Amino acid sequence: MSLAIVGLIGVLFAAGTYLLLQRTITRIIIGLGLIGNGTNLLLMATGGRPGATPVAGGGSEVTDPVPQALVLTAIVIGFAITSFLLALAWRNWTLDGNDEVEDDISDRRIARAERDTEADGAGASDERGDGA
Amino acid sequence: MTALLTLHAVTGAIAILFGRRLGRRAVYVAGLGPLVTFAWLIAEFGTILDREPITESVRWVPRLGLDFDLRADGFGALMLLLVAGIGVLVFVYSNAYFPPNKEGLGRLIGLVGLFAGSMVGLVLADNLLILYGFWELTTITSFLLIGNDHTDARARAAALQALLVTGAGGLAMLAGLLIVGHEAETFSLSGLIADPPAPSTALTVGLALVLVGAFSKSAQWPFHGWLPGAMVAPTPVSAYLHSATMVKAGVYLIARLAPAFAGPVGWWRPAVVTIGLTTMVVGGLRALRQTDLKLLLAFGTVSQLGMMVAVFGLGTADAVAAGSVLLLGHAAFKAAAFMVVGALDHAHGTRDLRRLPRPERGQRPVALIGAIAAASMAGVPFALGFVAKEYDLEALQHSPWAPGLVTAAAVVGSALTAAYSLRFFWGSIGRMATESPDPAVAARRSPPGLVVPGLVLTAATFVAGVVPDVLDRLVSASAASLRPTVGSVHLDVFHGFNLTLVLSLVALGGGALIFALRRPLEPVLALGGELPVTAATGYAAALRALNRTADRVTGVVQNGSLPIYLGVIVLTAAIVPGTLLLSGAWNDGDGAIVDSWSQAAIAALILGAAAAATALHRRFTAALFLGVVGYAMAGLFVVRGAPDLAVTQVGIETLTTVLFVLVLRRLPDRFEQRTAAPMRVLRIGVAVVVGLTVFGLALATGAEDPATTVSDTFIERAYPDGHGRNVVNVILVDFRGFDTLGEITVLAAAAIGAVALARAGRRPGGVRDSAAPPPVPLDRITVLEVSTKVVFIALSTAAIYLLLAGHNQPGGGFAGGIVAGAAVALRYISGGIESVRRLSRSKPWTPLGVGLITAAGAAIVPLLFGGSVLESGVHTLDVPVLGEVKLTSALAFDTGVFLVVIGLAMMVFESFGDDPPARSRDTAGGTR
Repeated sequence: MSLAIVGLIGVLFAAGTYLLLQRTITRIIIGLGLIGNGTNLLLMATGGRPGATPVAGGGSEVTDPVPQALVLTAIVIGFAITSFLLALAWRNWTLDGNDEVEDDISDRRIARAERDTEADGAGASDERGDGA
Repeated sequence: MTALLTLHAVTGAIAILFGRRLGRRAVYVAGLGPLVTFAWLIAEFGTILDREPITESVRWVPRLGLDFDLRADGFGALMLLLVAGIGVLVFVYSNAYFPPNKEGLGRLIGLVGLFAGSMVGLVLADNLLILYGFWELTTITSFLLIGNDHTDARARAAALQALLVTGAGGLAMLAGLLIVGHEAETFSLSGLIADPPAPSTALTVGLALVLVGAFSKSAQWPFHGWLPGAMVAPTPVSAYLHSATMVKAGVYLIARLAPAFAGPVGWWRPAVVTIGLTTMVVGGLRALRQTDLKLLLAFGTVSQLGMMVAVFGLGTADAVAAGSVLLLGHAAFKAAAFMVVGALDHAHGTRDLRRLPRPERGQRPVALIGAIAAASMAGVPFALGFVAKEYDLEALQHSPWAPGLVTAAAVVGSALTAAYSLRFFWGSIGRMATESPDPAVAARRSPPGLVVPGLVLTAATFVAGVVPDVLDRLVSASAASLRPTVGSVHLDVFHGFNLTLVLSLVALGGGALIFALRRPLEPVLALGGELPVTAATGYAAALRALNRTADRVTGVVQNGSLPIYLGVIVLTAAIVPGTLLLSGAWNDGDGAIVDSWSQAAIAALILGAAAAATALHRRFTAALFLGVVGYAMAGLFVVRGAPDLAVTQVGIETLTTVLFVLVLRRLPDRFEQRTAAPMRVLRIGVAVVVGLTVFGLALATGAEDPATTVSDTFIERAYPDGHGRNVVNVILVDFRGFDTLGEITVLAAAAIGAVALARAGRRPGGVRDSAAPPPVPLDRITVLEVSTKVVFIALSTAAIYLLLAGHNQPGGGFAGGIVAGAAVALRYISGGIESVRRLSRSKPWTPLGVGLITAAGAAIVPLLFGGSVLESGVHTLDVPVLGEVKLTSALAFDTGVFLVVIGLAMMVFESFGDDPPARSRDTAGGTR
């Protein structure tokens, strides 16, 4: 496996991760697409040296067929995931007028409640201290 | 024995389910379990006491060491006698105690029956895991019984506390049992004790966890807080569960394990005996301050359980015998004492010793029961409790660990016991009343049902206290089953004037003194409630701390920002294997920077396109560059000898691009840029770390020789077994066909999800919103239309060719389906969604479903002919023109895949191809 391919895999993953950490669903989808391509390449790379098409009775030096089988389904499933995510983005757009990932409100509420009880607890212990 | 357990389960369930219709008769139904068990025990008593355990085994999961092994030996019989014997008496008592029209009586009584069954299972189980199962069943039934009055917040809190404490202990015990069982290489209880594993760190941890479970169940300090709280349960339940049976489960387990581990495991005796005696003293001190007779007895139970844990924890020969006697004695007097409290409560409407009046003539029997029970509790001669105390003090004097200290502590504990026993008796006969009885409550006479069971128990206490010889055989068998070296035991009331007798008398005298001087001693006794960590405050503090910690952790870890969650996950996934990689083998590929120049050119193209897709801020352009990456990938696949992939990739990339166009035409052109600079730096940092890790990973996987065995086998067997020459396709539809079936199911699910999301909110039946502007038809260009039709036909033919030829040459269901999908895309571009819909009268989900069913059918059909799933068959046809045509069952499967992929493509257009009811301007403006 050549160094160029290995480097390319790394770059695809890095770029994909950067996009994945965004709030815009469209960019997340593009990031997933890049990571998917990187993964397919990685799978192919593990198959060793490139060779002839794996058709039985063909050449002697054929490419490893197993990664190819894996990648083939991965490509199609990647498309299905992309279409599903695009549907999400679309739905978000029709509802909210944007395609941003919002903060999880219930999580935020817990964090806020925790801060509140902490403040209350401090107040309560102060009161007890005064009483004694 | 299995039948006994089943009987309990069935009768308990009947009482619960038909409780309303059965009324008070539920008591008879649920009482059948203990009654039959008692009868069975009497019938088998001779066999068991001759030291021949009765065993029964139902194979369950032998490979996990999980078999339904039951074993009734001497100690088991002793426990069973308590569970079934006292069970019968409690049922008789309940019959008189509860008013006949009591709401929910059936449920309560049924649960008691279920509990009795769980307890029977617990003492009979000979498999550690089965024992654990019954252990938890008693926890759950106990929870339900304590919380029986579910409208009372106090009862709910007490039930929850009992569940949390004993449940947490139970979980610790499960972990401990697994460790111990692993060390012993058996989960058989008798096997474990007969051949205990050698001491090791793992064994220490395992035993410590088991002990935590036993301590929490038997209400040992510092876990004892739940037991007094459990007194909110109805009195018959308290008498049965929280004095005579369930709380003895922990004692039972310690008694079983101690002979095997007390000697070899050095810390066992100091730890167990210390906890036991601490509990004894703490419980005794607390009992002396109670005014509620039931609470007094509850703390007394805590104290007595401490004594039992200490004695059984020694594990010596005289200790197992002494413990057995104590177990019997305590069960008899404590159940009787609870029954007295219940009768008093029933008669006077209170159980507070400050309000109870002196007994009238008719109530003398109740007072007598109370007197004998208290005497036995205190250890007065000619009661069974005295005999038990004598043997216990004897055993503690011979303790291999700190005999002086433990004996002294036990004497102090016994003195406290004597003191609170006096307090109980004095209070129960109204000698401590400070208020005149409430005249409004007329005293009721206790019916015989409330008196007879207590009389039976006290008679037993008295007889066994005068002539303890009657228990010889039972105690001998029990002790011998715990510790086989024990010979036969002979019980005596009087052992001559020795130290033990002196100590017993000291304890009695001390107890009387403490009780007499209770007013001056008040500040000293109050210390019992002022211990630094009392169970109640400890429990509350632990619960609060748990909630606070959970809130705080959630507040910090889950701040609500999804990108941050994702960042944490991604970074963890990168760093953990990344650090491992740093220490692993490195490889610089096969030395080549590039394999070929064509490859280098494609790689450079991908690099540039990926960078552009990342950096650009226009949605459309970024998506197009993603497409460029995809098409270039197809080029790489060609270079690497994977034409199947190349075809599929090109098709998919075309569809993806169309899809992006369809969706993004609705969204704004540019991304809103609101990210703060530090956040961007953080993202870039995470991205670089991930990139480097994957880079290292790719290098390291290249370092390994490609796993050739599987691939070689596949290549060799593709034609003989799979009847195909295209190895990739044979793998997909034959060798790994089951995986493919799963994958197309995922495709179908994703497609349905996408359609559902995209069409949500639209009117059903595809009726257009009449208010929406009609779709703008594309300009019809005849040349385009005609050429589209020609290309469409060509593409369709190609797709079918790919499908049919795919087994032997590049192609296959996936590739064929995608090309067909691309053909559909072409139709869409030229003629819009109507043109796609005109393709066939069926809805787009029809090919999806038909495909899935075809593929699943191809997988299942071989089963009908006695083959295995997805077994491939071949049939050769001699077609006149085409010559010999091979039909393989794999083709049917591949056709299914083909249809699913076409369905997927059509679903996509169905989702997004329709001109959507555009967001009306005013609502869009409203949310902005």
